[in-house]
Amino acid sequence: SRWSRAMAQQSITQDQLLQFEPLGNVTLIHITDIHAQAMPIYFREPEINLGVGGAKGRPPHVTGADFLKMFNIEPNTPDAYALTYENFTDLAKSYGKMGGMDRVATVVKAIKAERPDALILDGGDTWHGSMVALKTKGQNMVDIMNKLGVEAMTSHWEWTYGQDRVNEIVDGLPFPFLGANIFDAEWDEPAYEPYKIFERNGTQIAVIGQAFPYMPIANPGWMFPDYSFGIREERMQAMVDEVRAKGVDLVVCLSHNGFDVDHKMASRVKGIDVILTGHTHDAVPEPILVGETILIASGSNGKFVSRVDLDVRDGKMMGFRHKLIPIFSDVIEPDKEMTDVIMGHREPYKAELEEVVGETNSLLYRRGNFNGTWDDLICEAMLEERDAEIAMSPGVRWGPSLIPGQKITMEDVLNATSMTYGENYRSEMSGEMIKTILEDVADNIFNSDPYYQQGGDMVRVGGMGYHIDVSKPIGERISNMTLLKDGSDIDPARNYVVTGWASVNEGTEGPQIWDVIADHLRKIKTVDLKPNDSVVVTGI
Amino acid sequence: MGGVAASMLPLPALADAGADAIAKFTGGADAAMGDGVTLTAPEIAENGNTVPISVDAPGATEIAVFAPGNPTPDVVTFKFGPLAGSQMASTRIRLSKTQDVIAVAKMADGSYVQAKSTVKVTIGGCGG
Amino acid sequence: MKGVRPRVKVPKKASAGDTITIKTLISHPMESGQRKDKDGNVIPREIINRFTCDFNGENVIDVTLEPAISTNPYIEFEAKVPESGEFKFTWYDDDGSTYEDSQKIEVS
Ligand SMILES: [Mn+2]
Ligand SMILES: [Mn+2]
Repeated sequence: SRWSRAMAQQSITQDQLLQFEPLGNVTLIHITDIHAQAMPIYFREPEINLGVGGAKGRPPHVTGADFLKMFNIEPNTPDAYALTYENFTDLAKSYGKMGGMDRVATVVKAIKAERPDALILDGGDTWHGSMVALKTKGQNMVDIMNKLGVEAMTSHWEWTYGQDRVNEIVDGLPFPFLGANIFDAEWDEPAYEPYKIFERNGTQIAVIGQAFPYMPIANPGWMFPDYSFGIREERMQAMVDEVRAKGVDLVVCLSHNGFDVDHKMASRVKGIDVILTGHTHDAVPEPILVGETILIASGSNGKFVSRVDLDVRDGKMMGFRHKLIPIFSDVIEPDKEMTDVIMGHREPYKAELEEVVGETNSLLYRRGNFNGTWDDLICEAMLEERDAEIAMSPGVRWGPSLIPGQKITMEDVLNATSMTYGENYRSEMSGEMIKTILEDVADNIFNSDPYYQQGGDMVRVGGMGYHIDVSKPIGERISNMTLLKDGSDIDPARNYVVTGWASVNEGTEGPQIWDVIADHLRKIKTVDLKPNDSVVVTGI
Repeated sequence: MGGVAASMLPLPALADAGADAIAKFTGGADAAMGDGVTLTAPEIAENGNTVPISVDAPGATEIAVFAPGNPTPDVVTFKFGPLAGSQMASTRIRLSKTQDVIAVAKMADGSYVQAKSTVKVTIGGCGG
Repeated sequence: MKGVRPRVKVPKKASAGDTITIKTLISHPMESGQRKDKDGNVIPREIINRFTCDFNGENVIDVTLEPAISTNPYIEFEAKVPESGEFKFTWYDDDGSTYEDSQKIEVS
């Protein structure tokens, strides 16, 4: 209700959100994985985020009540709403939407007012993820981040605009597009600046960029054929050694490795003080210490900005203080200049963005290792619109949430689906092939060695169910595959009509997924999803 | 030797093809796992058709690379001449599936040492 | 064979006794002998099976390549350069052709 919402919001103020006892001589501002969410959104954090091997039970693989307990957060508070999933709909009604790049701009300006030398760093997955970003090939986000005053970035989904567009943008950026691990594929030579050294307050700060290592595997490699990525741990160590030899006081790694990969890298590469980690979309309210390296995970979709103050003396990090600042959009005043940039880019697409195609009685969210209601809806739309037996939806971690009672606009649909390879294919696959795909994707999430993990969630399936034992090795995790329409076992030898989207294969044909979903929504008018119990998880 | 002939062999013969290929290189001598040789390969292949690998074995006279999961396990042999600047070399290889790639170095004293590295060849898709 | 083109990257200058990095590429399909055409017939093997690099007549590296080497074989290695001279690179094709390239280096 309006009353409870007003009460709730009175309990938080912009000053409180920004409150920070300054420390030392260096300030880092980190934002990552915005996925082109320039406007405020709802974003429900995952209920299921399993860690395997050494990562089991360790942040970010802690959710819900366990998370609140671990970080000493009271249930139903603003922090609980921002960081966990429980009671999400009620809390969303109380505390409102989060993010919005004009609110982020206000926060960044306030930090800069207090600490003029603060470094603003963007962890990538910035240019992609909304209708306006897709229409402008990332230009809206480029203009927004330039206005924000970003001083270095690294990359992942940026590359899905194709290498020519990336290079066109990079040529015009007023800051470096860092990637120590990006090499030209032909001669195996560094293709982008690996690091930049900033002099701030008499302190030399090296920022080393690490782009998403599995670019051509997780996304269509044919869109950027001239480049090779990879973790390249030896290269990272060489860059750390190089900047240390140049006498820098602080080494920061601006990474898009994903949390568990960064956790392992921190334990093996010596001499990194701070890893600003991205890609896996984890919001962790405290730095995680690995040896002498701190890991900062700043969430996604513009929900959070991290401020990290560091006391750096004689080439050593002597202390740190950190705050994961939640961007409550109703509490933080929008920055007028940034609002103008955002609205300027939205204006030409206003009618398309605002077109209502349905409404939802269900909470629609994406995050979670095995399924999310957004993907339940997408799979349902594909199955019905394309007359298929089985549907597959990629386990990407972006896509904001909608709460019950909301109208669904085309903007909302594209927030959950927009991409440069959104064709909804329809083809035949053998039962054996489907099993192979599930096993392959599962191993990319649950391999006990983080360096073999790509950091997506499990491919979502519609029309079929399966059991998964996450503790098993590849080839042995998936069992009990059944076709839901008749309860039959999936026959390895039979061909099934499968529909899906976001294929990494060149030349994939079909209508754009957002049009398929919109057609379906126009027919059903209201989304009422049944609970999805088609995936049974064991081995936790 | 020849890829065509080997690939036409019935499947059971492939089971020990990797061990056989290594034994052929070492003349039957043991090649212990050891620090004398380093094999650098990506954890996950960006493209199974072109996987970058590097080998390094200071003091070696030859280094051979094997992919026992391929239809034929032999991959490449580097013989270092008097003007080699190091016993290090890089190339790009084809891997038909996830497997342990093996590098075996022949040292100057005639002994052999090996290293292995798991390279995952994955279907891909999906990303954060 | 058509379209086969060797390329090498060698520094133009070095100091006596330096170790330098050499990179080589040759455009070549490296037909493995394991693929089949549309009609199910095995496409005959045709690969670069050997590569050598010599400096002033003395060997730097001698490489045996198998069908598991990727299309457009890439080989990177290091060489010692005791004096000024010329690197000679030779690629040996299954079909009996050889392809050559050479590169001078000035040593001071
Ligand atoms: Mn992301
Ligand atoms: Mn990412």
